[in-house]
Amino acid sequence: MRRTTPFVVALCLSATALLAQDLTEEQDRALTARQAHMGLYGFYLTPLGQMAQDRIPYDADVAAAAANNLAAMAAIDQSAFWVEGTDSSLERSRARAEIWTDPDGYLEVKQGMADATAALALVAGDGLDALKAAFGPVGQSCSACHQPYRAPAN
Amino acid sequence: MPRWPWIVGVLVVGTGAGWFATKPTPLPASALDGITGDAERGAITFAAAGCASCHNAPDGPLDVLAGGKSFTSDFGTFIAPNISSDPVHGVGGWTDLELASAIMRGVSPDGAHYYPAFPYTSYIKADVQDIADLIAHMRTLPADTTPSQPHDLGFPFNIRASLGVWKALYLRDDWVMDAPTPELERGRMLVEALGHCAECHTPRNALGGLDRSAWMTGAPNPSGDGRIPDISPAGLTWSAQDIAEYLNSGFTPTFDSAGGTMADVIRHTSQLSDADRMAIAAYLKVLP
Repeated sequence: MRRTTPFVVALCLSATALLAQDLTEEQDRALTARQAHMGLYGFYLTPLGQMAQDRIPYDADVAAAAANNLAAMAAIDQSAFWVEGTDSSLERSRARAEIWTDPDGYLEVKQGMADATAALALVAGDGLDALKAAFGPVGQSCSACHQPYRAPAN
Repeated sequence: MPRWPWIVGVLVVGTGAGWFATKPTPLPASALDGITGDAERGAITFAAAGCASCHNAPDGPLDVLAGGKSFTSDFGTFIAPNISSDPVHGVGGWTDLELASAIMRGVSPDGAHYYPAFPYTSYIKADVQDIADLIAHMRTLPADTTPSQPHDLGFPFNIRASLGVWKALYLRDDWVMDAPTPELERGRMLVEALGHCAECHTPRNALGGLDRSAWMTGAPNPSGDGRIPDISPAGLTWSAQDIAEYLNSGFTPTFDSAGGTMADVIRHTSQLSDADRMAIAAYLKVLP
């Protein structure tokens, strides 16, 4: 008994560790949803950024529509994305544990993106110069979150 | 028994020769003769070299070089010192030559080796004029009285004299790449010397020396999880314009954005001219 107890404990611990890589459905759905959300940011940022970088001609309607969508996406409540156990210790995730240990800091930078994209949506249809001026802060708001809260790719 | 004095003699001479061969070598006293630093040009060098990425206070402004950021590594934890213009806690009391020797040779004013966490291994390739400009600029930045903290390193890495051997092996002032055009020459200066890109983007051997045969092909992240990406053409298929835009805005061609320490780097590269960012891109595009 005395000899087998540590063995059984070790077996249970390693089984738990193995199971940890197997996500619950809730974890899996949250991960998939938030990565899709990030992908959509990129999708709407692309025409705006390409105009701001003079890679494609400015189009007021396209710019306004993309900026409105971007602002709407940045404004929504995202707290359901951050299910426990889905940080960058998982192969699939680059979300740093700091999102969970420093929720106030995370919410602050998230609000920064909501503010910057709202400001962009207000002016994106008003000409290329207005777009360029408001696009810079949006980029800074992306980095303001990615710097502390996103781990490098594996 | 009669052999012992002979062996001891060899040991003493050998150790002495070893010490002599690996003792700290500052810049020659005449290195700055006839050179005057230009603080305005130095601001560009300051951005290109990214000094503030390591030497500003954690979350502090980029122009206050108070130090205090810590950098974990396989050898222990390095803590960036105060290099503000404060004469007591910073480097305001150092001469230009002392500062240039620190930056370009990794030698302190009192003749000790610096650890190569400080990338003098790259700055050794810089122009002395650029470094004189940089020093002139640093003298215009605010003083800060935060005391520098000691590094936290394990044995034997805590013995600075051992760095003499490391320097003899790995401190080299020759370029890795040829630069047949003025743009490539500028790009090489920005990438290999001032920007010290290889310090993170090139893998190292067991002793921490850069593996020049795998130049810019990516490496484990020295301070944590993930990898520093391959930025040679094999690993980075972006156009030169894509690279230059990334160094300006932090956006990739698909409008993902830079994170981690690279976001810090872009705070500096965004201050460079378009021509300088294109020169960096041109250099990266011709890597093997």
